[in-house]
Amino acid sequence: MGIYNLFNMLGNLREKLAKTRLIFKQKFDELLLSGKPRQETLEELAETLILSDVGMAIRQKTKKAESSAGIEAALKEELIRILSRFPSRLSLNAAPGVLMMVGVNGGGKTTSLAKLTHRFQEEGKRVLLVAADTFRAAAQEQLAVWGKRLNAPIIKGQYGADPASVVFDAVQHFKSRQLDYMLVDTAGRIHTNTNLMNELEKIKRVIAREIEGAPQEILLVLDAGIGQNAIIQAREFLKFSGITGIFLTKLDGTAKGGAVISIADELGLPIKLIGTGERETDLLDFSAEQFVDALFA
Amino acid sequence: MFDQLSDRLQKVMKFLRGEGKVTEKNMAEALKMIRLALLEADVNYKVVKDFEQKIKVKALNQDVLDSLTPAQQVIKIVRDELTEILGGSDKPLTFSSAPPSIFMLVGLQGSGKTTTCGKLAKWALGRGKNPLLVSFDMKRAAAQDQLRMIAGNLKLPFYEMTSSQMAAPEDALSELMKFTRNRGYDLLLVDTAGRLHVDEELMDELRLVKNILNPVEVIYVGDSMTGQDAVKSAQAFAEKIGLTSVILTKLDGDARGGAALSIVSVTGMPIKFVGVGEKFDKLDVFYPDRMASRILGLGDILTLIEKAEQEADQEEAEELARKIRKQEFTLEDFKKQLGHLKKMGSLSGVLSHLPGTGPFKNLDKV
Ligand SMILES: Nc1nc2c(ncn2[C@@H]2O[C@H](COP(=O)(O)OP(=O)(O)OP(=O)(O)O)[C@@H](O)[C@H]2O)c(=O)[nH]1
Ligand SMILES: [Mg+2]
Repeated sequence: MGIYNLFNMLGNLREKLAKTRLIFKQKFDELLLSGKPRQETLEELAETLILSDVGMAIRQKTKKAESSAGIEAALKEELIRILSRFPSRLSLNAAPGVLMMVGVNGGGKTTSLAKLTHRFQEEGKRVLLVAADTFRAAAQEQLAVWGKRLNAPIIKGQYGADPASVVFDAVQHFKSRQLDYMLVDTAGRIHTNTNLMNELEKIKRVIAREIEGAPQEILLVLDAGIGQNAIIQAREFLKFSGITGIFLTKLDGTAKGGAVISIADELGLPIKLIGTGERETDLLDFSAEQFVDALFA
Repeated sequence: MFDQLSDRLQKVMKFLRGEGKVTEKNMAEALKMIRLALLEADVNYKVVKDFEQKIKVKALNQDVLDSLTPAQQVIKIVRDELTEILGGSDKPLTFSSAPPSIFMLVGLQGSGKTTTCGKLAKWALGRGKNPLLVSFDMKRAAAQDQLRMIAGNLKLPFYEMTSSQMAAPEDALSELMKFTRNRGYDLLLVDTAGRLHVDEELMDELRLVKNILNPVEVIYVGDSMTGQDAVKSAQAFAEKIGLTSVILTKLDGDARGGAALSIVSVTGMPIKFVGVGEKFDKLDVFYPDRMASRILGLGDILTLIEKAEQEADQEEAEELARKIRKQEFTLEDFKKQLGHLKKMGSLSGVLSHLPGTGPFKNLDKV
């Protein structure tokens, strides 16, 4: 069976399957190192590509690819294309700028917020921190510790208080002091909890009502270790609070964070920032090239 | 929420049924579909491959091949095998014969150790224990405050530990043990800082603490949303620290939790509990069979059972047809059929399931 037919045949299958899922690295290593005949390699590669939903373009290229190295290069190129479709720079240029961190529990929202605070301060901006997590034990204290460490003012709330009201108070403070950026830490929440997702929507609404054009950035914080649930989370947060991009944390471990590719592909959302440690300086801008290289490293 | 996957598994079943008989060839196709299902549930790639091998041997067994319901048989084999790997039975956490028992929670950053500490404290209270909580997390901002507040919420004692104390862990820990014994606490719940398994320094530190305390349970707290990386971290913790149990968190979401299988496969450690919410009572005993269904995307096993039952009806119908053919159709059988009729609709509907029922088509006009 020629490779063209193969693609046709698998094309049908493709429609039945869901969007990208990446087990790239392992699959590819195995493929490329297996020493299998070229035809077989291509068939398996085709399957992987289809299952990962990398789209038509890459498949055209794959047909032309002569060697295993060629295949990998073509694949990398396509992944980079997917990841570079939308600008990954933060669009918080004009003050007053508001940024919100959202995501499931333990992803790294609070720490990442501290990292951004540090970066903005380095750029000479005056940053206000908002501890809108009024639920988790010591969430207020955690952000307060960062505020003290970074010498940034912080608006806190009572435990159990409506986070939207904390944010409302913060906005008043933010406006009256004419600060540059307001960074809002929210409580971790599982995307299937509709009440908590509505709460997030409300926080956003309060900000939008009080400051025109805000919040300019709503970053979904994802742990690099996350699997196929990533795309589902992104869809849900997008639906409720809206999101403008991904902050991918914990890339200093062994996880590669490949699951975010499907988010870029399906939802057209850029990956904006990378967390590489627990200190305020462990922050990098996202680079599609470096990210993809690391996937295959 | 499991639609997509159930769909796929149903296709596997349909496919096998359509094929009529299970052969080596179509079984390969079915196994491929199952493989994709598992991968999509975040089961580790290598774990899936090993698993597939086992299934293959069982599925190509003569009993399955001869079965009237090969598709169900295969899915059932997969589910049973998953259940077995996941632990089979539910063994509880162990308490020391000589109190105090020490439980130590370890894991990556953000996996849910501190919250789980509170949940375990509540669970232990319900079993008449007298727990003391302590946190060795000197690193994360307000980690001490977090556990102190949790203890406060549960009206439980919290042992204050400072980073200067922890600089000399031997002394600090013997102090802690003295306090625990003198006050008559029979359970010490130890929270530790989250750390990456590749951070040698922090792993060494953890091992040191573990060796001094000699806890009866070293519990790995793992996030159920984890993908392929789950094996690496769990394996590293198992090898470098030594584990006795696993608790899986955040299962109140819709992650299929294939990480569970990966973690159990590589560490050989049983999952004791699963976390299903942020409140302290949201700690469930782990049921391997439910987890297996979840990983497979069999949102509820009922679908499976229903299908199998439908098939069973068909078997009965075939038996009936045989009797009719051989003129062994008794009044008893007829009564049985009438009973089914009420449940299943018209007689012709029932008969449509029977092979070669042409001559009996008019039976419902009798
Ligand atoms: N190694 C590493 N750890 C990180 C990174 N980002 C955050 N963490 C750690 O992950 C843990 C959880 O981080 P938090 O910032 O508290 O996460 P969160 O999303 O605010 O958590 P909740 O508010 O409880 O939902 C902490 O121990 C952080 O130090 C990172 O990029 N690398
Ligand atoms: Mg937080």
